[in-house]
Amino acid sequence: MTAAIRAELRRLTRWPALWVICGTWVLLNLTFGYVFNYLSYQSEGGGGFSAGGTKAQLLADMMPDRSPVILVQGMPMFGGALLMILGALAVGSGYGWGTWKTVFTTGPRRWTALGGTLVGIGLVIAALVAVTMAADLGAALIVSTVENVPVAWPTVSGLAQGLGSALLIGGMWTAAGALLGTLTRGPALSVGLGLVWALVVENLLRGVASLLGPVKAVTDWLPGTAAGSLAGAIGAAPQGEANGTPGVQTILGGGPATTLLLAYVAAFLVASLLLTSRRDVVS
Amino acid sequence: MSEPIVVTKGLTKRYGERTAVDAVDLTVYRGEIYGFLGPNGAGKTTTLRMLLGLVRPTRGHATVLGHAPGDPAGLRRIGALVEGPGFYPYLSGRENLRVLARYARLGDVAVEAALEQVDLTDRAGDRYKSYSLGMKQRLGVAGALLGQPDLLILDEPTNGLDPAGMADMRDLIRALADHGQTVVLSSHQLGEVEQICDRVGVIAEGRLRVESSVADLRGHASLLVRADPLPEAARVAERLVGADRVSVVDGSLRLAARREEAAELVRALVGARVAVHEIYPRERTLEDAFFALMNDMEEGR
Repeated sequence: MTAAIRAELRRLTRWPALWVICGTWVLLNLTFGYVFNYLSYQSEGGGGFSAGGTKAQLLADMMPDRSPVILVQGMPMFGGALLMILGALAVGSGYGWGTWKTVFTTGPRRWTALGGTLVGIGLVIAALVAVTMAADLGAALIVSTVENVPVAWPTVSGLAQGLGSALLIGGMWTAAGALLGTLTRGPALSVGLGLVWALVVENLLRGVASLLGPVKAVTDWLPGTAAGSLAGAIGAAPQGEANGTPGVQTILGGGPATTLLLAYVAAFLVASLLLTSRRDVVS
Repeated sequence: MSEPIVVTKGLTKRYGERTAVDAVDLTVYRGEIYGFLGPNGAGKTTTLRMLLGLVRPTRGHATVLGHAPGDPAGLRRIGALVEGPGFYPYLSGRENLRVLARYARLGDVAVEAALEQVDLTDRAGDRYKSYSLGMKQRLGVAGALLGQPDLLILDEPTNGLDPAGMADMRDLIRALADHGQTVVLSSHQLGEVEQICDRVGVIAEGRLRVESSVADLRGHASLLVRADPLPEAARVAERLVGADRVSVVDGSLRLAARREEAAELVRALVGARVAVHEIYPRERTLEDAFFALMNDMEEGR
């Protein structure tokens, strides 16, 4: 497995798409977490970009102790969608390029080769989460310095909670993308299906669930619900509230949301590995 | 004959109702160059994929270098290029090989040696997506050569190469065999197969129709004679080489005989007062043999 991880890290870290996706996420996180909020805070009335929020609340949200929440709040929907694209491309493109065929005939067992890819992406996401956290703390520090507000650092447990939650939510969506890439044996369809699911279908189903009770029993356990609920549980404002973030929910508690996310990660990874090991490689 | 290193017994692959490969029994011996021939869709690539463990057989079994297909212990001793090269387009040729080398636990020295063997060192730093078809093909062969495998499985290795590249590839394959490596190659270039292969297997509609040496498949050489009177010429020729080796085709005599026997035949014909207008040797090419086999199949339906 070590050889496969080294090989995959070698090619992943040289892959422009990875840097574009990761860069986009960091940029979006800073833009929505700090740039727009700060512009809103500076504007007259302080409500230009974040309807319903007070100036004091806006400023408080940009302090370093809120950075773990800023990191996580964008993960259930936008960050998740980006990481799902990453997972789908990392696995699905191998079928389009024919690189899985090449790798599988080089010697490793199939599950070892795919495992190397999955671990490699996992390490990339861990680094991405850490970099995003550092960028958020840096932005928060700049805001607190510029506004001459005493710096309130996050607690270690708050920091760990933020990092862990972001990693879990991001990991779940990446694993979902990897499974879609495996199922469709290509990048385009897997990315399309994943985005439609994450950005449209889950929201539509939750809308239907408010009218039909039996559907709610299903929507409460969807991947997006679990991801949004974990973000909500660590303090992100849910969709619909003042300064709320799309995708953040309060449907499940932190514990059940974490358990459900872990179950999804395990299920997606096992399904990907089983499919890859058992199916014929024809492309 | 040397040790068999690829053996299949009743190897069969079905996709739903369609049988892609039907009960193929083939044997490849150590150190030989085995040509795998057949028209498009005959089942060549599916068979090669089964030998590499990429496709699981519906029935039958195979052993490759003493291992089941797809067994990592066997794969580590095999180099393969199946249905075109597959590399990361954003990496250079060299980086692509380095990724493969990491998987195979090989160092960069093996990468440089493989690039050297296919004459791609000068362009190894360029991105794969900028390569011509021929360069991609050569990189695919370089990937197969990594780690000096005992067995090379090459599907259409000269695809996309210019004439000089094809000649280089033939020389490379021949050199590999001379160093004891075994090569299984599929190709549509029958002339190329004829030049470099020791034995061939011909597959059509999923079934292995013939497996023999190239010489046996081409059959005996023949002499064509235009002579007058033809019946007398035929009698003289039958006395000389035997009736079973003489036939009349399109107003000429055809003798299953080597060109060295021509002088003796001419002497006999002239001695019998037969006028010999023309005599020339005709050697069946592998292409002739291949098409004859395909025609026999068509007529046998």
